[in-house]
Amino acid sequence: MKIRSQVSMVFHLDKCIGCHTCSIACKNIWTDRQGAEYMWWNNVETKPGVGFPTQWEDQEKYKGGWELKNGKPQLKLQNRVEALGNLFSNPALPTMDDYYEPWTYNYGDLFNSPLGDDQPTARPISRIDGQPIEIESGPNWDDDLGGSNIYAANDPLLDNMSDEDKRRLFSIEQLFYFYMPRICNHCLNAGCVAACPSGAIYKRAEDGIVLINQDKCRGWRMCVSACPYKKTYYNWLTGKSEKCILCYPRLETGQAPACFHSCVGRIRYLGVLLYDADQILDAVKVSDDQLVQRQREMILDPFDPKVIAAAKESGIPDGVITAAQRSPVYCYVKEWELALPLHPEFRTLPMLFYVPPLLPVLSVGQESGTQRVENDLFSSLESARVPVRYMSRMLAAGNDELVVKAYQKMIAVRLYKRAETVGDVTSDEATAALAKAGMSAEEAEAIYQLTSLPNYQERFVIPPYGREGDIEEVYDPQQRKAESGFGKRQSPHRGL
Amino acid sequence: MLDILLFVVFPYLAVAIAVGGTLYRYFTNQFSFTSLSSQFLENDIQFWGSTLWHYGIIPTLVIHVMGFTIPKVMELMHSTPETLYLAELAGKVFGIMALVGAGALFYRRVASSKIRMVTTPADWVILVLLFFQVFLGMWIAFGYRWGATWFIQTVTPWVASLATFQPAPQYVASLPLIPKLHFLNATLLIAIFPFGRLVHMVSFPVEYLWRRFQLVIWTRRKVV
Repeated sequence: MKIRSQVSMVFHLDKCIGCHTCSIACKNIWTDRQGAEYMWWNNVETKPGVGFPTQWEDQEKYKGGWELKNGKPQLKLQNRVEALGNLFSNPALPTMDDYYEPWTYNYGDLFNSPLGDDQPTARPISRIDGQPIEIESGPNWDDDLGGSNIYAANDPLLDNMSDEDKRRLFSIEQLFYFYMPRICNHCLNAGCVAACPSGAIYKRAEDGIVLINQDKCRGWRMCVSACPYKKTYYNWLTGKSEKCILCYPRLETGQAPACFHSCVGRIRYLGVLLYDADQILDAVKVSDDQLVQRQREMILDPFDPKVIAAAKESGIPDGVITAAQRSPVYCYVKEWELALPLHPEFRTLPMLFYVPPLLPVLSVGQESGTQRVENDLFSSLESARVPVRYMSRMLAAGNDELVVKAYQKMIAVRLYKRAETVGDVTSDEATAALAKAGMSAEEAEAIYQLTSLPNYQERFVIPPYGREGDIEEVYDPQQRKAESGFGKRQSPHRGL
Repeated sequence: MLDILLFVVFPYLAVAIAVGGTLYRYFTNQFSFTSLSSQFLENDIQFWGSTLWHYGIIPTLVIHVMGFTIPKVMELMHSTPETLYLAELAGKVFGIMALVGAGALFYRRVASSKIRMVTTPADWVILVLLFFQVFLGMWIAFGYRWGATWFIQTVTPWVASLATFQPAPQYVASLPLIPKLHFLNATLLIAIFPFGRLVHMVSFPVEYLWRRFQLVIWTRRKVV
């Protein structure tokens, strides 16, 4: 057993209000530079919708992730020889058109135009070449357009869904949509790491954060294609790829990543998971419907004395084990089985988990007004507004059962608390719901607490990094203060 | 005297600049080592330009190097008319591929305003010199027949004499102007190697053929 620790994440979609504060917090810190303007290490998508870059989930187009060939996982993009053969022109590279062309406005015209009959206008100009452009798309172009038959209808997840499901998704009076905030999943079997010809991308053993070594990156661009989530981006100016770094400089100083910290809906949780690295290969070899369960098995119980002993042997500090025991992510993913990985069928073992949104699901099938859900609690899931099928294709590789189980628990918690505080549900009904969901009242209470009332320290359990012991004090911090940033003493120029 | 300057001093100088400059750049500014790909901004011409160029120029380079290093084998390969025709044909096909590719890359840099934004003066110098070099090479291939054989009698001993520090410029001094220009331009390309994007050649990631897929690194510990 080779135990490693992973700083993992849970996003509770029920609480996301789609305000994009996370995206802005991230952009202001990391990607407001020329060459990176189009990058959104954190973005929020409206689902159903095409996402960013357009239709990123369609791996027939983008060739991301792994697939099983003769029972062995292989990158969909390339084998080793193909990688070298395609260096000169990557056939599956998304271009700027698949994202969007960043633009600004010619504000100077507002002040400098000659006197005339018409108001001067600020025309949009490209931030690449300064030419006037027609704005055709942006990073969240289909924001809040869940039902639109231009955008939502092109959602790759809708392929092969039944007409009945589609009708429910697009019936005008009952339109629904929900939000999907996305950052790098810091996968255990990352496609970007495996695809990099230079070996520049690596996983930090201490916390599992996946990083691109900017000095080793040679701009071969294979990571951009091989990441099925399209969360590595090519900086067109420096000729290097970049990605979400999970704000490791913040983590190392005990702060939550910027997108987590700024989250208005407090939907984000961060904590350590201990997992068995020896199981990675086996975990991605199983069939689609087994993937989530297998991934959960890899995640180890941090209270188990055997696990603790093995973790110590693998060099995991005591403080990290303690953090793993307090991890909110462990509760959601393993203990309660409420949170599910995004597109496990890409077989990268993503370590960002999503609690599926209950709210649009619950306003089920009613023709008018509201309806007491408990009458028809579990069968209603069959005719839910968001077809369970849609959720399971997104979060469980098509395994409906896992999504239904999570929903049953969430509904039961709601009924349980409603019986307690509002009183329009009898305690018998609540008990029945808990029994059907297979959970105890204590568990329901714990889920309620961590979902509705967690404070900062409960949402973000950041392991102690002990960086003071890792870094030699050979540099005078005062001298380094005015320099260009973390680890780099040269400003990142293109070429020489 | 001029011959010594051009075919002895200049090559030594060029190699010294190339090796010293590349090492210096690698150890002081590794960040600048990249392919500087602009495929992200323009994909259609890039495919034809870059693919034809690289698949043309790499075999051409390899054949040239084989001419320097294993002349006996090359001579044997050119000893019958059939193999000689085949060798000449292959050389010309690769050369034309490289020429067309370089032309496409050149056109792309002129035509696309986005690509112009990421083009430095060094890019232009290198592109023009490379195009000129392949053009001269093709001129020799078509104008001075059976270069595959006389190469081994002239260029090979010249390069060998430089490599063994017993310079003998007389092997190439009496050749016509066009081959001489080809050699000089090649030397110039070697000299400017460290100063532009050409350094991406030393980054060719052969180790990808055998390296482990997942890389996990401890801070200040070795790779596990």
